[in-house]
Amino acid sequence: MEVIFIVLPLALVLAAVACAAFYWAVQRGQYDDLDTPPLRILFEDSRPTDRPAAK
Amino acid sequence: MIADADNALDRADTVAATRCDHCAQPVPAGLIEPGSERQFCCPGCRAVYETIRACGLDSYYRLRDAAEATFKPAAPGAGSFDVFDTPAFEGLYVTNDDTSRTKHVDLILEGVTCAACVWLVERLPKVLGGVLEARLSLREATVRVTWDPTRVTLARIARTLDAFGYTPHPAKGQSRKHLLVKDERRRLVHLGIAGALMGNTMLLGFALYAGLPAGMEGPFRTLFRWLSAALGVVALTWPGGVFFRSAWAAVRTRTINLDVPITLALLVGGVAGATNVVLDRGEIYFDSLSVLVFLLLVGRWFQYRQQRRADAAVELLFSLTPATCHLVAEDGRVTDAPVEALKAGDLVEVRSGDLIPADGTVVTGRSAVNQALLTGESVPTEVAPGSAVSAGAQNVGSVLRARVDKVGQGTRVGRLMSLVERGLAEKPSIVQFTDKVGTAFTAGVSLGAAAIFAYWMNRAGVTPAIDHTVAFLIVTCPCVLGLATPLTLALAIGRLARADVLVKSGAALERLARGGRLILDKTGTLTEGRLELAEWHGDASLRPVVAAAERLSSHPVGKALVGALGDSPVVPQPADVIERSDGGVRTTLDGRTLLIGSPTFVTRQGASICPEFDGRRRALEADGATTVLVAVDGRCAALAALRDRIRCDTAYALAALRRLGYQPSILSGDAVPVVQSVATRVSVPADHATGDVSPEDKLAFVHRSAADGGMTVMVGDGVNDAAALAAAGVGIAVHGGAEASLAAADVYIARPGLAPLVQLVETARHAMRVIRRNLLVSLSYNVLAGALAATGVMTPLIAAIIMPVSSATVLCLAALAITKRKAD
Repeated sequence: MEVIFIVLPLALVLAAVACAAFYWAVQRGQYDDLDTPPLRILFEDSRPTDRPAAK
Repeated sequence: MIADADNALDRADTVAATRCDHCAQPVPAGLIEPGSERQFCCPGCRAVYETIRACGLDSYYRLRDAAEATFKPAAPGAGSFDVFDTPAFEGLYVTNDDTSRTKHVDLILEGVTCAACVWLVERLPKVLGGVLEARLSLREATVRVTWDPTRVTLARIARTLDAFGYTPHPAKGQSRKHLLVKDERRRLVHLGIAGALMGNTMLLGFALYAGLPAGMEGPFRTLFRWLSAALGVVALTWPGGVFFRSAWAAVRTRTINLDVPITLALLVGGVAGATNVVLDRGEIYFDSLSVLVFLLLVGRWFQYRQQRRADAAVELLFSLTPATCHLVAEDGRVTDAPVEALKAGDLVEVRSGDLIPADGTVVTGRSAVNQALLTGESVPTEVAPGSAVSAGAQNVGSVLRARVDKVGQGTRVGRLMSLVERGLAEKPSIVQFTDKVGTAFTAGVSLGAAAIFAYWMNRAGVTPAIDHTVAFLIVTCPCVLGLATPLTLALAIGRLARADVLVKSGAALERLARGGRLILDKTGTLTEGRLELAEWHGDASLRPVVAAAERLSSHPVGKALVGALGDSPVVPQPADVIERSDGGVRTTLDGRTLLIGSPTFVTRQGASICPEFDGRRRALEADGATTVLVAVDGRCAALAALRDRIRCDTAYALAALRRLGYQPSILSGDAVPVVQSVATRVSVPADHATGDVSPEDKLAFVHRSAADGGMTVMVGDGVNDAAALAAAGVGIAVHGGAEASLAAADVYIARPGLAPLVQLVETARHAMRVIRRNLLVSLSYNVLAGALAATGVMTPLIAAIIMPVSSATVLCLAALAITKRKAD
């Protein structure tokens, strides 16, 4: 069971990495708007410029 | 017969089912075009529909139909938006990105409702060359547009957005918003870190508890204990630091809030746990402590988010108030300019219906200005060249040009705003319920801890005494209250927001639940804020003639007369209608001269008033009505009385509020007779209705009633109410109010009438009942756990189980109370 002396700190380091990633994401503003992006991903991009758009 | 009736019903159904192809609202019967494939409820919707089709963006309608939201008819063509290209506007709102030579701006859009709007607005770069990106935030209805200034202008972008049916406004208050966003991010980081730390400490804790019965090998046990301590200390000092700072701030001002007993438990637990880890003996408490920190932060996060939402909704309303005015240049050209860019000495044009942008003096034009929001007067004031006008008053007559005398802090509104600051500073500090509980908790827990320490000291010595006291302190931590109270408040605020009642702080709800004095402003709160014909005396055959003569009038008295008398056909038409700026209309009918106007106007024009009419006029005016006389060939023939109509739900709402423990009184800037008359009609005793009150007097009145003890709730809408709103225990601004009153109030009701106020008070009382019940449950848990700890039966395992179970019970109770309420 001595492996725990390596595995446990390693697990905590991984957790710390996850926390750092979370901190980075929050500071970049990725959690500022939780309502719009989930909708945006659903839109199909129909590219209206490719179609014969009425002028 | 029956078949006929069925047919009629069918037809009624098809008529009701005809919906606008743009906004999906029913199309008025008169606008239905038989045989046409497309139906529109208004020209605005048609224009927007055609623009969207022309740009090849019809998918919008497919997306919109899936969204199940309700829409409002579109109103494009709100202006030229030329002001968006002025240097003054750029300096205020536009950000330059020098590296990529682009610019970006945040615009608030009207009419944003659902996912389809996101899709449509974000297609902007494909419709308009030169727009590089458009990102819409649904929650804030704000779009960030990035564009290349060499290829397209901002005014063009604004016009395109407007053509799609989203009228853009510059987003004000960005610097403050920046601070709020930073604060929100900080709280979210705290929450996430506390959660991660809690999870990891609990894992270690499980291992330790699992090892209890079998016994754990020394080195492993030491490792686990040290790691728990390390994580726990981080949880206490970084995310948990919030509680320490709050408690320290309270102690420094010699008060006690709920954070004090929480901090006490965290501190004692942390120190005892750390000592035990170092000495390798006894219990470490870090698993329980990190759970505590996380749960407390969760409750606070929810309440904070709901308050932010309400706050953001109010900010949105701010940004919708017009920020542009019509500036007259030296050469006489009229251009649009941002109000913020006005300087003393500028000449501005104020059109009918516009708000006056700054304090100034009228140079040309005669008109009437409505100062209802500034002074509370319901009757507009006449202005002529040389008259002073105040910022915020509305021009209800014809076009005026005014020279700006003062801007910003120097204006009348600016002075009122400094009065608001005084009001806020003098707001009575009412001890919050949770703080009272915190005080009681701290006292009780300290006494209990001292008793337990003394008892075990005598019986078993120092070490068990310390152990039991620490266990007692930790298990009695009022964590449930610290979690359930903000959650209950957050749910209540969220529910009210859906009913268009925006609550800016949870403390306001608590205060509202108490009942007390309810001070109501008259204009716009109890009444519609619009004149209506109440009585007509004398020659009835003159009624259609008066309506015809006043048809072109923009004066509110004239409009009220047309509204009440205008539906009957007019034969013969009056000729030579001249609207005089001194309060009346002069016209001829069949060779007779007609004078219609205020009694002073009619007498000044040489007409005589017979004693009978004069007596009645005086009686009506003493009763608060505005009177209009009609004279034919110099002899008085008819008398009309106009009143500001009382809202239909006022009487019901006041009765309901009385039942909920409020004594209503009226405090208005309007003339005394008007106020007394309104008071009688809504059955408020005459000695509780005061008229002709200045903003300073309103503030003083609120102070006096606060000094009498009890809660003071102030409801108002005007700039003149703002200071009193700020100073009152709870300030409530109502629909259609001025910007200043919005900023000063704790609650904003975005629906007309007093019915939402009743809902607000009821919800507040319900929320407080739920909070009290939660307190009772959590107290009984605390007594039980405290007793176990005091008798030395409490093991860390029992503590680790009891704490989440008690939290879960109280949270379930809170959630149940809310869902049950919804089902009602």
